Parts: sequence; structure tokens; C-alpha cells
Amino acid sequence: MAGSGPASAELLLPSIQPLHTLQLRRIYRAATSCDATLLVPPRPYLRGPAHRTKGGPAAVNCVKEETSRYCGKEKDLMKAYLFRGNVLLREFPTDTLFDVNAIVAHVLFALLFNEVKYITTLEDLQNMENALKGKADIAFSYVRAVGTPEHRAVMEAAFVYGTTYQFVLTTEIALLESIGAKDIEYAHLYFFHCKVVLDLTQLCRRTLMEQPLTTLNIHQFIKTMEAPLLTEVAEDPQQVSTVHLQLGLPLVFIVSQQATYEADRRTAEWVAWRLLGKAGVLLLMRDSLAVDIPQHTNVIFKREERVPVEFLVLHDIDLIVSHVENNMHIEEIQEGEDEDHDMEDPDIDIQDDEVAETVHRDRKRQLPLELTVELTEETFNATVMASDSIVLFYAGWQAVSMAFLQSYIDVAIKLKDTPTMLLTRVNCADWSGVCTKHNVTEFPVVKMYKEGGNPVSYAGMLGTEDLLKFIQLNRISCPVNITSVQEAEEYLSGELYQDLLSYSRGPVLGLFSPTMTTAKEDFTEAGNYLRGCVITGIYSEEDVLILSNKYAATLPALLLARHKGGKIESIPLANTHAEDIVQIIKNAFLETFPEITVENLPTYLRLQKPLLILFSDGSIIPQYKKAILTLVKEKHLDSLTPCWLNLKNTPVGRGILQAYFDTLPPLPLLVVVNLHSGGQVFAFPSDQAISEQNLLLWLKKLEAGLESHITILPAQEWKPPLPAYDFLSMMEAAASRHSARKGPEYMKETGVQESDEEQHEDKSAIRKELTETLRIKHWNRSNWFKEAEKSSRHDKEL
Amino acid sequence: MGLSAAAPLWGPPGLLLTIALHPALSLRPAKASAPPHRDYCVLGAGPAGLQMAYFLQRAGRDYAVFERAPEPGSFFTRYPRHRKLISINKRYTGKVNAEFNLRHDWNSLLSHDPRLLFRHYSRAYFPDAGDMVRYLRDFADRLRLHVLYNTTIAHVTLDKDPRAWNGHYFILTDQKGQAYRCSVLLVATGLSVPNQVDFPGSEYAEGYESVSMDPMDFVGQNVLILGRGNSAFETAENIFDVTNFIHMLSRSRVRLSWATHYVGDLRAINNGLLDTYQLKSLDGLLESDLTNLALVKDREGRFHVTLKYLLEETNQTADAITLPQDDNDNFAMRDAYDRVIRCLGWNFDFSIFNKSLRLSSGGEFSKKYPLVKASYESKGSRGLFVLGTASHSVDYRKSAGGFIHGFRYTVRAVHRLLEHRHHGVPWPSTEHPITQLTSSIVRRVNEASGLYQMFTVLADVVLLKEGATAFEYLEEFPMQMLAQLETITGRSAKHGLFVINMEYGRNFSGPDKDVFFYDRSVGHIEDAWQSNFLHPVIYYYRHLPTEQEVRFRPADWPLPRPTAIHHIVEDFLTDWTAPVGHILPLRRFLENCLDTDLRSFYAESCFLFALTRQKQPPFCQQGYLRMQGLVGNERLRQHGVESGLLRDYAAVGKHRKDSTRQPRDREPTGRPRAPEPPAQAFNHDKEEL
Repeated sequence: MAGSGPASAELLLPSIQPLHTLQLRRIYRAATSCDATLLVPPRPYLRGPAHRTKGGPAAVNCVKEETSRYCGKEKDLMKAYLFRGNVLLREFPTDTLFDVNAIVAHVLFALLFNEVKYITTLEDLQNMENALKGKADIAFSYVRAVGTPEHRAVMEAAFVYGTTYQFVLTTEIALLESIGAKDIEYAHLYFFHCKVVLDLTQLCRRTLMEQPLTTLNIHQFIKTMEAPLLTEVAEDPQQVSTVHLQLGLPLVFIVSQQATYEADRRTAEWVAWRLLGKAGVLLLMRDSLAVDIPQHTNVIFKREERVPVEFLVLHDIDLIVSHVENNMHIEEIQEGEDEDHDMEDPDIDIQDDEVAETVHRDRKRQLPLELTVELTEETFNATVMASDSIVLFYAGWQAVSMAFLQSYIDVAIKLKDTPTMLLTRVNCADWSGVCTKHNVTEFPVVKMYKEGGNPVSYAGMLGTEDLLKFIQLNRISCPVNITSVQEAEEYLSGELYQDLLSYSRGPVLGLFSPTMTTAKEDFTEAGNYLRGCVITGIYSEEDVLILSNKYAATLPALLLARHKGGKIESIPLANTHAEDIVQIIKNAFLETFPEITVENLPTYLRLQKPLLILFSDGSIIPQYKKAILTLVKEKHLDSLTPCWLNLKNTPVGRGILQAYFDTLPPLPLLVVVNLHSGGQVFAFPSDQAISEQNLLLWLKKLEAGLESHITILPAQEWKPPLPAYDFLSMMEAAASRHSARKGPEYMKETGVQESDEEQHEDKSAIRKELTETLRIKHWNRSNWFKEAEKSSRHDKEL
Repeated sequence: MGLSAAAPLWGPPGLLLTIALHPALSLRPAKASAPPHRDYCVLGAGPAGLQMAYFLQRAGRDYAVFERAPEPGSFFTRYPRHRKLISINKRYTGKVNAEFNLRHDWNSLLSHDPRLLFRHYSRAYFPDAGDMVRYLRDFADRLRLHVLYNTTIAHVTLDKDPRAWNGHYFILTDQKGQAYRCSVLLVATGLSVPNQVDFPGSEYAEGYESVSMDPMDFVGQNVLILGRGNSAFETAENIFDVTNFIHMLSRSRVRLSWATHYVGDLRAINNGLLDTYQLKSLDGLLESDLTNLALVKDREGRFHVTLKYLLEETNQTADAITLPQDDNDNFAMRDAYDRVIRCLGWNFDFSIFNKSLRLSSGGEFSKKYPLVKASYESKGSRGLFVLGTASHSVDYRKSAGGFIHGFRYTVRAVHRLLEHRHHGVPWPSTEHPITQLTSSIVRRVNEASGLYQMFTVLADVVLLKEGATAFEYLEEFPMQMLAQLETITGRSAKHGLFVINMEYGRNFSGPDKDVFFYDRSVGHIEDAWQSNFLHPVIYYYRHLPTEQEVRFRPADWPLPRPTAIHHIVEDFLTDWTAPVGHILPLRRFLENCLDTDLRSFYAESCFLFALTRQKQPPFCQQGYLRMQGLVGNERLRQHGVESGLLRDYAAVGKHRKDSTRQPRDREPTGRPRAPEPPAQAFNHDKEEL
């Protein structure tokens, strides 16, 4: 990285008021991030956790002869001193060093006296500008005050780039106003492109940095200023990479050909100036390109490495710019989040598991646990033998099972007055043996113990509704034995189990002649498997032919009524095994145009087809439904899963739309999401009416690859959201300190040293060690940015 | 003719028929002299022998236990002499978790029968040895263990036979000359030979095993006790209120178990004499190597301590022997003693094992134990395992393997090894999806008693499946055998593994350590690696370490250098379930080892991911996408929105472009914000410029 900063310096900070750990941490961080040594006198009263700052600056005191005169006097105790070598550079009142930002900013400000010019008037600025035309570029920044985080960020950048660019700083708001800045309440950084200006009467072109002033952002910004404005390429855009991508900025390719080269280049340059600092702009020569680009494409957008490029048709420079800006939107949000003043590192001690956090926040709530029976080692067997029971196995410390316990209690509340089954629970944190005995080694698990038979594990959604459904439907046996034709009719019409039908799909009725024992067994097995989600019945009386004739079924067969009172279908079942019957029944209940919900999406995802989703704010408009159903009927949608999403029922759909669209067009919206291969999202043009013809035409174009996608769903793997403590390095660092000194434990000594000032022996050795720990001798500057980048990368993956 | 002569030998036709019906038996007459065979022979019906018998019986194996006494646990019928066991019988812990409670029950053996818990046998915290005898008797009887009582195995030899499991049989001969042939020999004979140190006059010392227990016999006497273990202090404790004084002499300094964290060292319950010594009463402790000593008896029958070399110089009568005080008139032991008691511990009885078994004694610090590998198998002969107290060479002065509460687990480990080696039953394990990894570990470190008692000897092992989408969990594996894990367990460790161990701080334990120093406890997560008290430590290896790596591991490390390591910070309550203090850092560690995201998500989040991303986090893959998503209720959702981890989509209407300028505004409200720097600071600065 550029720049040769000043020699390292030392900052002496005599006894301040009792510092608490936070302050110490700040000072320590400051010491490590500027090239300085901090000296702080001893604080014998510091106890407790502070000694665990591991050789923080607190332990360094007025050791050296030449510095001792800065220690003793009372009035000096409110001052900090900055040295370079033996020369006192500056003294600071300690109240200016109020936090880590202030310390770093001040120290660097003093050290970089020549590299950063402080100005107060517009005239100063113009003079600077004129002086540097044709020579160097200027980084001009306004901060509200020195010592602020923004000031620190600018100083840190100057530390690195100070010899390459002239840094100019002001705190005068009037100056900022006079150069025409908006939003003057915030810190600003302008890049003045003066180096290229050869005509002294010409003004330097200015680029405003739009992101908040943080070290990382400034670094990124300056890097992009350094990059060539426009690059010409003639290779596959998928393979092209520039510094922009490394910085997390997208690339924009302006597609050109020999015939229109001159005009395209002008356009591209224009775009490049507009997007300077936001994206890299390249001119792509279509003629000499080996790969295929869709015919009408004139702009190609590459969001990041290894993500498929987007082919766009944009006829306006403003559209290109807004496309880029909208796509940067999300990244800025994420980047901003770790820019908290005292949280430079993303805090790995903060809970980022939504289930764990929500359960933890709810820990003080008293749940009406008494609505369920708590089982113990002694009572478990007796209870589940004596009555039909549902058992929830959970663990008090396990967040997911505790979140589900709440739903379980909600079920108990709903069933309070309708005793169907005994709701019980076992806390495996207490009754570990019971859980192991019942083969429960993960949490939560729900099992149903009925009629002393083998327990049935509940395999549905861990929520109130599905569990309630499961419990209700298990009131009847599965399959139910139907004994007369009349009962069968009542059963099929939904009269028989009217109260249960609201919970279930069905009813399904298996028809068998009395001799078809194997077929009956298979069906019974399937019914058993589906217990809790589908009501199944079986009819195999002598007069079964009455039913089979009526519904035109060849025995063995299955009758099912999809909707209450609706048409009854029959499906032949000859030689069908239990698993296949299950599948047949499950498929039979898949709707052709379902409303997609959080609960049923997985069922439809299993079909592994791209989804055609109609997003609707409220109920679906009948004519759209009709259009799609017609297309389904005509088998135009066989390669898709058509569905619709009601934002009123499924508000999270808004989050999905936000991910698909930069600016949200009015609802309803129709999109095709290719989830399983490629992740492209295509939007039906919002200016067209959703009609059969339009839809069909659009789908045809889609199939032919003539439509461009609006976005590609990110394909990143789910990486660790944040790093972990690297205890191995800490242990090894401690071990190497040990072996180097061969003395007793390090930690204890610091404790002694802090508490006992009278102990003179060995003291200098300890001090020396601590000073060495503190002094970051050869601080590698590039590290500083690498670290920052690393942490921001982690955040983005969240 | 031959036929008619043979006929009478076979006896009546009835027997012939029986033989014909049992083809297996009919092989036997071919080698008529072959002794009765057992697959497993266990020597000794003490706690370790019975514990092994229990596991063999449950597995349906062919075994027998040989016991010389008429009942189990004969050691406890005589020892400890003063009848008080120093293994705790903690009946109340405030918890009902049976596995957890075994952490504080040092006397029970492992079984499936809750009636066979020691708490039902004694109310005393330090129970009477008689209760142990009663307990062991019940254990053998209730579980119907096959024990041959009154059978003293006098001799054990090897019989080479290529058909045998281990290439040889063990031939056991009892006191009546009856031989038994065994495929596997499990030696659980404990330490039965009193340790004697040979020095001139050592014959004057009475042994702990036979000295009087009646304090009245010691009234007004000067007593010298040789040794500094629990038996020495137990003996002193019994008499120190009636003696003139007691002096205790041993080679090494006193090792207090609460400083060494080793239960075999001096327990506080026995250390009354330390109190009187340090509080300037007449009792005292001295350090000297016993082998340099000599005892001489004077005319009155009292004993004088002198040094061996003084004895060698002269060859005079008892009265004229040079005593140290002749030259050195302030010699500490210049007073004559009325009694000398030897309490020097016990040794393993090597005498019954033939040389061909190559059962040798352990290293410098564990001479009293037979030498075994970390798998408890003898280094000398395959198929011979040492169990129980005698197996303590593996973790002498480190863990609890020499005591019931430790070896009950190591016996189980040996049994699991045997089940795999001879019966093809792999080491028991449970398989889980990777999303359960954090929970599986949290569960074990919070309740497992084997890990807790046998810290740094037995460790749990997590074996990752290909692609790290699932794992197998193995409990209580002898961690020093890690390199041989695949052969011992029959499980595959091709895709990386975690080892879950319990450890004290590296520099915390020791006879000279101050275990009460200020700031000994660590509370901060980032300092977890400096935890001093027993705490869980998790090692991650990309590949199974090799034998070389295990052998030449760094000093102080129980295992070779891992790819990464995690310490769960020590906890005052040994309850490692704090969501942020314990579970969160563990999850981050596991995530970073596996390079994945192990967070849990509500169904709604999974729904959003499913439609906006091409890849799904493991939790959604294994739950939601299999229609087992976690729905959550409105209350929890509300907390989620407040914490900033969930978004309230119902309230989201418009595009939030306007807020890019000030990212801090979007900060979740739940997160504490650092205070703004004081305004005056700004002003101050400006003036300065």
C-alpha cells in the first residue's frame, strides 16, 4: 500500500481518573491502530476484570528516566504527551482524548502535520487546488470536529495515502456550503481530480464520496479513484475482474461494436464519470467476442465474482446509473451496520440466532405449564399406558425446543375444554434417562402414545396449527372402517367427520372387495402413515360394487373428494404398495394453483420446478386466476409450479419482492423464479395486462431465452456469520511467552504487580515485557485494511 | 474287539444319545483333558470385576468371575481399617438427572437398575465400608452375575493356539488344581499386597493392615507413622487425640487433594493432623527418604530413628549405636518412639502371572501397577486387560481411574472395545444432522458423568460425515487411543472429528499450588482458555491424529495440536447452558470449524431464504424444507422484531432508499449504543486548532 508514514511515536498518558475497562480497551485499540506507544501510569486500584486486558496500556507506567518528569506533578495528570523519539511533539488535555477515535485522530493529526493541511476558508482551498493542478489529486474532507470517528477515518486514510494525494481538512461548515454541498450536517469527502488538469483556468473535476466516512469506505473510494476510468475489454464478461469487484463494487459493461465505437465510448465515459466510486465501467467489444450475448443487450451488469452476469437492455444513462445504485443499496446497509463507534469489531458476543434470542428475551414469562402434565422417570410409563397421550420431549436449555414448547402450550390452551388426548411433556435436561430410553437424543420430539401401541412420531411443522390438526385427526383411527354404503356416502360427502374436515385433507376412501387382503393391508399401512394429515377410510363389504359402479372405479380403488361437496374422483390401486399409495394420495391433494404459504411451500418445492408466483396484495383477482387456470388446463404450465402469494396472509412476501425488485412496481406482480437451476428471476412486464395471451407469449419468450432476468438469486454458501475466538493462537502465544521467560505464570505476576507497589524486585522485567506486548513494533499497514475488509466480508455473508 | 472294549467306556446308551444330540459337546471328548472354556474370565469380584461382569452379562457373553473369598468385595470387609470410605455419597444435588447425579456419587456401579444406586445403601456422606460390602453383594445377586466364589486363582499361564481369538488362551489354575481356559482375561484383582520398604529395623514397624485400631492402645505414646497417604492420615486421625505426639515421615511433601485435584491424595476429611502440626501442637510432618533410615530398638523396647550409613559404620550393640543427635543435637527425631506404623500403600500382586504373560510393572511413578496401554490392554499379551484400581497406571495422580467413580467408566470402555473386537459390534453411537451438533455437545458437557469423572482420560468423539451434513456421536472413548479410533470402534473418521474433553487449567493443580488465589475464576468468554476449574474443552481435527502425533504431543497437552480448540468458560455451577456465555461461543467455534452457518431459524425466515437464495442454511434444509419448520408464535416474533433479528414485514411498505445516508439509524433498537462523546470535547478541540 502506498505511503511512507512518519516514524513511530510514543504517547504518554499520565494517571487519568480511574479508567474502566471500556476506556482501557479503547486506548489499547488506539495504540495498536496508530503507530504509537501509549504510556499510562499505574493504577493500583484497578481490580477485577481489568487485569485481563492482557498487558493493556494500563500496566505501563512512568518508567523511563526521561519521561519521569511528566509523571509526578498533579497538574500533569490531566495531560497526555506525544513523543517522537525523545522529542515531545505535543501535549493534549486528556479530556480531548475522550475515546479511541479521538486518540487515534489526534495522534495521527499531530504526526501527519505536513500530509494533512487544515484550512478554514474557500480561498485556502482554491489556492491548494491551483497549486496542485497537473501535479496531484486532492482528497478534501469536512468533518464536524476533530476527534470524531469521521476525523479518525480521514486521518487513517491520510496515514496510508498521504504521500500520494494531498489531504485537505476543514471543520468549517461555511466552506462546505460554498462548494455547493448538500446535506451539510454530515461529514463529506471530495476527490478533486487535479492531476489531469493542465489548463490552469479549468476547474478540477470533483467526485463526492457518497458512503459514510469510515476507514474502509474511504479506502475503497480512493482505490476506485486510482483505477482507470474506463477500460476496454474483448473477453467473456463472466471472466473479467477488476479492482472494483475486489472492493465489492459491481462492474458495468457497455456493449459496443466497431460500427458505433466512437459514440459508445463517449457514452461509456459519461457513465463512468457518473458511476465513479460506485462501479467499474468497461467498454465491451461485441465483434471480437467468443461468447454469446443476447441480441438486444446493450449493458451487462456483473454484481460480484462467480455470480452470473445480468444482461440488460437500458436505453438511458440514467437507467444504467439507477440500476447500479439500486443494486448497491443492500450492500451499503450491511456495511453500515458494523460502523458503530465503539464496536469496531463485529461483536461476536452478540446473539445472532433469532430463535435463541427470542426465547431468551421471553425467559421471564410464566407459561401456563400446568395445562400439560409433566412426566418424570417414575410417572412416564404409567401415564402413557393409562391414557392416549402426546409427549413433548424438550430440553430447558435448548432454544428450538423452548420456542416450540410455547406453541405446545398454545395447543393445550386451545384444547383446554375439549379433552381429546393427554398433553404431556418431559424435560430431558432433567429426565435424561427417560428420553434416551425412548430413543430421543435430539430436541424437540413429539410422540403420540395411543392404546398402548407403538408410539407415533409427529413429523409435521413445529407450530400450533399443524400439531392441533395432528391431535384432532388422531381422534379417529386411521383408516376408519366404514361399514355401510350409506355411511360411505356420508363419509365422502363430509358429513361424517364434519368437525374434523376443517383440519384435514380428504376424505379418502379405499374400496376393496372382501378378498383383497394384501391390497387392504397396503392401504391400511398407507392410512396409518398419513394419520394426522389425511382422513382415510376403508370399505370392503360384500356390496362394495354399488360404490365402485357409482363412481366408475375398478377395484381395488381409491375415492377422494378434494373439496367438501366437490366432485369425487377415483384412482385405481391394483398392485400398489403402501409407499406408492401414500405418494398418490399426497399428489392428489396438491393443488393446481395453490396459494403459497410459509406452511405449504416445501410441499411444492419438492416438485423441483421453477415457480410461477403471482404476488397479490389481498385476494387474487378472479380473472387472473382464470387466465392461469386456463393455461394450466391447456398444459402450458407443465414445466412450472404456478402459485400465488397473498401478502396479507404472508407478509414476508414483501421481503421477497424487495429482493427481486429494485423499485417495487405496483401489485399484482407475476414472476418466474428458477430456484433449482440458476436462480434467475423473471418479471412479467408490469405494463402488460395479465391475460392468457400475454402470459403465453411471455412464457414462450422466456423459454426461448429472449427475456432478461431482473435479478439472480445469490448462490453463496451459508458460511459462519462471524468468526470465533481463536483460543489456539492465544494459548500458543502464552506458551511462547512462557518458554521465552521460563518464569512462573504471566497472569499472576501482573496481578501482583498491580496490587503491590512496594515490590521492587523483578518489577522492571515485568514492565519491560508488558511494554513490549504493547508496542506494536512493525505494524504492518496493509494489515489494517485487510482486517477491516475481512470483518466487513463476514458481515455481508450474514 | 476294539468295539466291545470301547463300549463300556461310553457308558449307558442314554449318554450316547445325549452326545449325539449335542454335536458341540461331542467335540470335547477328542481332547478329553481340555479345561472348561470361557470366552471371558474375570479375576476378582470387587467393584471392577462385578462391573465388567455386568456388561458381559448384558451383552449375553460367555464369562465367569473368579473370586477367592466367599463373597464379593472382600477388600472392603477389612479395609479401610477404620471403616470410613472417603468416596462421597452425595444424595442431594437439587437435580433429578440421574446421569448428572452420578457425577457426585462415587460409590455406585453402573447398571440399568435404579435400586442399585449406593444412595439406597447409606445415608452417610462418607459411608461405612460395610455398606459397600452389602452393596456389592446385592449387585452380584440382583443382577445374577456368574461368580465362582471360594476360587483362588493361583496361577495364570499362556497356551499358544492359532485358533484362539488372540493367538493364545489364558489357562487359569485354582487352588484345587482345576484349570480354566479363557479367550480373554480381565484382571480386576486390585492392589492387594501391602507396600514394604526395606531398611534396617523395618521389621519393628507394624503394618496398617494389622495395627490395632483401639485408640486405648496408644494412650500416652510417641508414635511414628511412615507414609503420607490417606491410610497414614486415617490412622493418625484415629489416635491423635490420645498420643503424646505423632510424627509422620515420608519421602515427598504432603499432597492435598484439593490442591492437586486428584482424589487419591490427602483428603480434607483425614487431615486433622495437619491442623495440629501447623497450629504448633506437638504433632509433626517430616520429609526424608525411608530407604536411608534405620530403626533401632533400645532396652526398654522403644525405637530410635537413625540413618542407615551410621548403622553400617559401626557394628555395635543396640545401646551403643550412633544416633544422629550425637553429632547434631537438635535432630528432629531424637525422641524415642513407642510405636512405628507403616502405612505405605499397596501393590499389585504380580506373583500369580507366569512370565510368559509379560505382565510387568509400570514406570517410575507407578511401579505398584501393571503396565497397560491406554486401552487397558497389557503391553505384554494381547487379550489381557487390567481393570479397576490395578489399571490406574493410565492416569495415576491425574484422574479417577483408580477409584470406583472412575473405573466404572473405563471398564465400560474396555467392554465396548471387546464387543467390537470379538463380536463385530461397533462402538455405540448416535447419528444426527449437523444442526444438532451444538445441542449434542451442550447436553453431554452438562450431564455426562464419565467425562466429568474421567477427565482427560475418557472423551466424547464427534465423527463428521462426508460434507459435514451429519455426524456420529461416540461417548467416553479412551482419548489416548485416538489414533487407533477406527480399529477400536469400527467407525469411520475420514471427514474430521471433534473431541470433547473436560480439563482443569494447565497451571492450576499441584501440591504446591495456591488454589485460592485472587482472580482464580474466569468469567469472560474471551478468557475461557484460561479457565482454571474443570471445564469442557473441544478439539477439532481435520484428520485423525496419527500414533506419532499422539505420542509426541506438546507437553501439558492431553492431545496433539488440533486444527482449532474451544474452551467453554468455567462455570461456578458447572451449568454450561447460558445462551450467550456458553452456547453462542461454542456455536461460533463449530461453525468456523465446519465453515457453515449453524443458526436456527423460524419457518418464516426459511421461507424467505427459500425464495430469495439458491442455497439454504442447514437448519432450514433439515427442518423447514422437510416440512418440519419451527413456526413460533406471535410473542416470540415480537421479540424477534424488537431484537432486530426479525423484520416486521407487515409494517414494511415502501422502499427504504432514503435511509442509506445514516446507517446508524437502522441499528436494531435492542443493541446498546455507545454514548456520544461529550459535546464540550468538540469545542475544546476547535479552540486548540
